[in-house]
Amino acid sequence: MAAILEVEQVGKRFGGFVALDGIDLAVQEGERLGLIGPNGSGKSTLVNCICGTLTNEAGSVRFQGRRLDGLPAYKRTRLGLARSFQLPRPFTSLTVSENVRIPLLYTVNAREHRLTSAGIDDRCAELIGLVGLQDKAEARPVDLTQVDMRKLELARAMAADPKLLIADEAMAGLSHSEIEDILKLLLRLNERGVTIIMIEHIMSAVMSFSQRLVVLVSGRKIADGAPQEVVRNPEVVGAYLGQ
Amino acid sequence: MIVSYDLLVNALIAGVLLGGFYVAVTVGISIAFGILDIVNIAHVAFIILGAYIAYIVNLHFGLDPILVGIVTLPAFYALGAVVYQIYYLSFERRGQEALRGLAFFFGLLFITEVGLILVFGVDYRYVSAIYVGPSLRLGIADFPLRMVVPCVAALVMFGVLQLFLSRTFTGRAIMAVSQDPLALRLMAVDPIRIKRIAFGISVATAGIAGALLIVIQPVEPSVGREFIGRVFAIAVLGGLGSLPGTVVGAMLLGIMESLTATFYGPSWAPAVAFGFLLLTLAFRPQGILGR
Amino acid sequence: MRWTNFFLIAAVVAALGVAATQFSSNDYYFFAAYVVLQYVVLATAWNILGGYAGYVNFGSAAFFAAGAYSTVVVHKLYPLPLPLLIVFSGIVAGLIGFGTGYLTLRLRGVFFAIATLALAVVLQTLIINWDFVGGSRGAYIIRPHTFPLLGSYMKYMFLVMLGLAIVAVSVARLIERSWLGYGLAAIRDDEFAAEASGVPTLRLKLVATAVSGAFMGMAGSPFPYIIGYVEPSSTFNLAYAVNAIAMPMIGGTSTWIGPVIGAILLGTIQQVATVTISSAVNLLIVGLVLVAFVIIAPNGLVGLAQSWMRKRK
Repeated sequence: MAAILEVEQVGKRFGGFVALDGIDLAVQEGERLGLIGPNGSGKSTLVNCICGTLTNEAGSVRFQGRRLDGLPAYKRTRLGLARSFQLPRPFTSLTVSENVRIPLLYTVNAREHRLTSAGIDDRCAELIGLVGLQDKAEARPVDLTQVDMRKLELARAMAADPKLLIADEAMAGLSHSEIEDILKLLLRLNERGVTIIMIEHIMSAVMSFSQRLVVLVSGRKIADGAPQEVVRNPEVVGAYLGQ
Repeated sequence: MIVSYDLLVNALIAGVLLGGFYVAVTVGISIAFGILDIVNIAHVAFIILGAYIAYIVNLHFGLDPILVGIVTLPAFYALGAVVYQIYYLSFERRGQEALRGLAFFFGLLFITEVGLILVFGVDYRYVSAIYVGPSLRLGIADFPLRMVVPCVAALVMFGVLQLFLSRTFTGRAIMAVSQDPLALRLMAVDPIRIKRIAFGISVATAGIAGALLIVIQPVEPSVGREFIGRVFAIAVLGGLGSLPGTVVGAMLLGIMESLTATFYGPSWAPAVAFGFLLLTLAFRPQGILGR
Repeated sequence: MRWTNFFLIAAVVAALGVAATQFSSNDYYFFAAYVVLQYVVLATAWNILGGYAGYVNFGSAAFFAAGAYSTVVVHKLYPLPLPLLIVFSGIVAGLIGFGTGYLTLRLRGVFFAIATLALAVVLQTLIINWDFVGGSRGAYIIRPHTFPLLGSYMKYMFLVMLGLAIVAVSVARLIERSWLGYGLAAIRDDEFAAEASGVPTLRLKLVATAVSGAFMGMAGSPFPYIIGYVEPSSTFNLAYAVNAIAMPMIGGTSTWIGPVIGAILLGTIQQVATVTISSAVNLLIVGLVLVAFVIIAPNGLVGLAQSWMRKRK
């Protein structure tokens, strides 16, 4: 297996605050990686640096062997690096189906094989069906429930036809059965060959999903390995209990 | 080009005095835009309103224009509090401040300006006070009192504000309102009330700034527009939310404008502020004192 | 409404315009209609950036004046036919929009708004100091009196502005329904999410600013011929800036029809009001209506109509 994402010595500061301190991370193609850590440990900052929402001052990020440094976020999305936001950020004036249409128009159609307008409609319907929102295709985001909003967030990220999907706390605040729904969805995507990084606080979900677990604490990576071993690592236990 | 020495000295003095006055004009924007994140472009119209109030009271009762500015502080504070309440209920709470909130303040700017035109016409108005005419001379240096008095008054107002914001409970709450709303809630402080107070203070400074303005130069309703570029140039240049930065920005702009007016002609001065603003936005949006 | 219906209506409007020039000889009516149409162009242009992308331009007067003064410059050098003048003015104003946008559109939207406010002051300063176009004194522009087939030149300018309005509205509608319109809507709703969805936000905003600025310049292009005497304070009139915002806000900013409705309504009222009451009072009314609408009916008349129809269902 080849590494699809290589993060090398990435560092980020906000004023005097060190948010990320020399992070190294390699993700293999097709892998399911869990990324955990206490609040403020730098998980979202790392995602933002990988996706280009923030620029890292130190280190480099490679995607499929290509250096991403300096590339704006939209170009990274077009290369096949998609993310969902921690707090869902739908386009509020557009319908569910139009929300999904945006990445189709701007990523899939920006690549070699453009879709016809009927092709876009089909892909839209397919993606909305995939997350089970077909009955709400014409609804506006304000009329969606929490779980539907998360599903829309995932459908929109999937519309970019990513090779790597970063799901940033896609399950926070959901009920047990809703978590199961989202987990099944992510597993199905992974079976189709999409590499997935899951950032999550809900340990049962991360543990059942991840093949490998990475722990961030105060901007540093303190553990990286098989999930069962990582959670027994004294440093990790200390970081979670000692805070 | 041979630059005459005393011309240069006097241009610099005029620039510093002008910069001091600009502190009064800008400090309200620094509070509203820098701390509260409310883009009150109607501020300059409130300044002109203050100038006309100073004018009318001065004309009929002979009261000192700056004293008028101080006396009308509560009225301007109330105006600010009311405007904030409308802004909060109609835009901020609904998350529509970006497009419609801006249009709202633009409408206020326009209504105030046209209202003043309807009442007073477009003639220039000025005030009389003992310090409007004379000038202090020290060697080659010339200190026109109509500039010195507003500059001193502006800096006094700034000092009082700075003390208020750093020493009182309300003042500290105002400084915290944008950065740490959660801490405010824990202290059982209502952030909306704090913002209303802060915005009231911001508009109150416009009343004083207007009184100072009409001491410095004759005023007509559309003069305010020239100040839009200036106040935002200074606020951004100084670093948003930084009151000391406001003084630095104001002095810089005052000196640049004064030099431009002296060596290239006064009709070019308004362009200086815009140039400053654009360059700052393009190359250093965090301001000179910002991180 | 489908494109075929849209073009059918546009063709009928154009035909009515041409017919009107054959039946009436009172130039005042054509002047009044010209002013209203000029506002249709201005409001539509503002809405391409303001309504679709959510970026507020306070400097419409500057773009309008840039178009007008482009005409003055060309007229002094070599008088071109009106349509070519309009194209030239559009290019100049479009470049000004692109330049201002390039410097400020990376930042939050409010900075762009502030920059456009200041832009008006600076362009005016430049013009005041530029003797070639008359400086602060102004310049006389003598327009042809007649035009072949139509008789009066005013009728010709009316038809040109009618054509320009149809083009502007068609372009706005085209943008609204295309990938560009979806991208701008995404920017308006959430710029971060738009970027994460692959939308090149800066590039799209620049396109919208340039197109919007260009149409504003085109709206101002025939202005010197209309008034015959161009000077800075009437050309940079704040009324243009206010109307350009008020008309879309009152009509509704989310679709192309909103600015058209707002411009026809407010424009006509102002034409009538200027004759009957003073022009200052009538501007005061525009300001008050603008503030009332943004507070009470944030989605404009179109929004009111939509929610009324929904209730009836």
